[in-house]
Amino acid sequence: MPNRGETLKLSETAPRAVITVIAMSGILVMAFILYFLTKEGIPILKDASITQLAAGRLWYPVSSPPLFGMMSLIGGSLAVTLTSSVLAIPLGVALALFLTEICPKRISGFFKITLEILGFLPSVVLGFIGMVVIAPYLQIKLELLSGLNLMNASMLLGVMILPTVATLSEESLHAVPQSQRDASYALGATRCETMFNVVLPGAARGIAQAAILGVMRAMGETMVVLMASGGAALLPESAFDPVRPLTSAIAAEMGETSVGSAHYHALFFMGFILLLITLSLNVLVIKIESRGEVK
Amino acid sequence: MSKEKLVIESLSLTYSKGAPLALKEVALGIEENSLMAFIGPSGCGKSTFLRCLNRMNDFVRGVEITGRVLLDGRDIYAPDVDVTQLRRRVGMVFQRPNPFPFSIRENVAYGPKLLGERDKGRLGEIVERSLRNSGLWEEVKDRLNAQASSLSGGQQQRLCIARAIAVEPEVLLMDEPTSALDPMATARIEELARELKKYYTVVIVTHNMQQAARVSDHTAFFLMGELVEHGPTTKIFTTPRDKRTEDYITGRFG
Ligand SMILES: Nc1ncnc2c1ncn2[C@@H]1O[C@H](COP(=O)(O)OP(=O)(O)O)[C@@H](O)[C@H]1O
Ligand SMILES: [Mg+2]
Repeated sequence: MPNRGETLKLSETAPRAVITVIAMSGILVMAFILYFLTKEGIPILKDASITQLAAGRLWYPVSSPPLFGMMSLIGGSLAVTLTSSVLAIPLGVALALFLTEICPKRISGFFKITLEILGFLPSVVLGFIGMVVIAPYLQIKLELLSGLNLMNASMLLGVMILPTVATLSEESLHAVPQSQRDASYALGATRCETMFNVVLPGAARGIAQAAILGVMRAMGETMVVLMASGGAALLPESAFDPVRPLTSAIAAEMGETSVGSAHYHALFFMGFILLLITLSLNVLVIKIESRGEVK
Repeated sequence: MSKEKLVIESLSLTYSKGAPLALKEVALGIEENSLMAFIGPSGCGKSTFLRCLNRMNDFVRGVEITGRVLLDGRDIYAPDVDVTQLRRRVGMVFQRPNPFPFSIRENVAYGPKLLGERDKGRLGEIVERSLRNSGLWEEVKDRLNAQASSLSGGQQQRLCIARAIAVEPEVLLMDEPTSALDPMATARIEELARELKKYYTVVIVTHNMQQAARVSDHTAFFLMGELVEHGPTTKIFTTPRDKRTEDYITGRFG
């Protein structure tokens, strides 16, 4: 019969073991994805050099000979990510500031629920709105050939990442101690001065992380860009040009390639690029976090 | 009797309509360049009263204040008063050290910068003078760019005092400034408080009667929102008029 000491030991080590196993399996899955993308993506280098892939503007994967220039696709991804971030991040941070510092609690509760619902909105619904509402509107108002373009997709992506940015920013603004606000007021600062000189700097790290997470979501989002970005593999010259981001190219073309073909490997290579970008953004988030701990 | 810097006339406060009064008809004069201590058991309204003197209670939703607080003869609750201006004249140090998450230098420079001081040289002078007057200069002069959070609790509280006096207030309110500190740090703050009254009118809230007896010129005793008795500290502690004061200082309750 086990004595009391042993049972206690088991009850202490068991949760730890479970957590370790879960954490390890997470790492394992990540490693597997990385391995798989590398294994399936790298063979494209037999058909095209790195420079051809990265600097080539022409994406004609099914012509003969096929052209695997990914610059327009990478450019498309960067363009929608950048545009949606420029639209949504300042708005999200401003919204968070408004919710924590300005508007009364009753009303902020309503806003927060609205934000949450927005966050749950399936991206296909957003894409649909982009196609049937925003696209015709842009087309008519701006006399464009098509309303499915960079701006359309970016606006939708902006709506998608707004809840992420606003909610996370709101959390870090909320975490700024009231005592620091009081200290500022007691020195004769106005609400506005306190907001910009104490609260925002105090929450800067969390807001930066919120912004990066928003960027990551925009970068990885597929359905919205597939539906609303226009799909042309061209480097955009204006905000109203159609684009074809990496994610939409993968989603649209994967079903039409034969396994093991050069096109197939090229698509995996694009997935590999996306993963590298998200991973480095992730590292940035962790860096920001750890820099705060060293004090 | 020298000039009274602050005169409080029948000040009453309630935190919400219908709730019992947190302050009942408090009337008190505070002499210029003196140190007054507010004593009384926890929850008797010392902090509430102190926060009335720089209108920090304005932030509390539903609070209702009646009566007058005259600073140099002018009611700080008059409708034409600029509250931010008032708070520059009446500075405050809080119960727990609450430095900003900035460097030591930036903490002290915060107030002067709000006032529009941009000149690096002059800001440097203000920072040095304020830190000297709060007795912190020698300890931090070589690391003004270090984070304020790297200081000990006692140092942080003296930094908060330096931050408060950097805008050259006329009155300095301190709400139990030593309650989170060890005896050594407490002794330093008490010494500092006595020093500061040369330049400012100082009000210190404390629930530590020895502290009040050690540092203050005048003492006011509060009980359940009422100002029971006030007067020269020696008198309050040796020959109190009110039975309740006597009970409190002899440790019969509280
Ligand atoms: N923000 C507030 N809202 C409602 N009641 C408060 C608030 N602050 C203090 N009180 C109440 O007012 C009374 C006096 O509190 P306080 O001034 O903090 O006392 P002290 O500083 O003497 O311990 C207490 O009963 C307390 O519960
Ligand atoms: Mg108190």
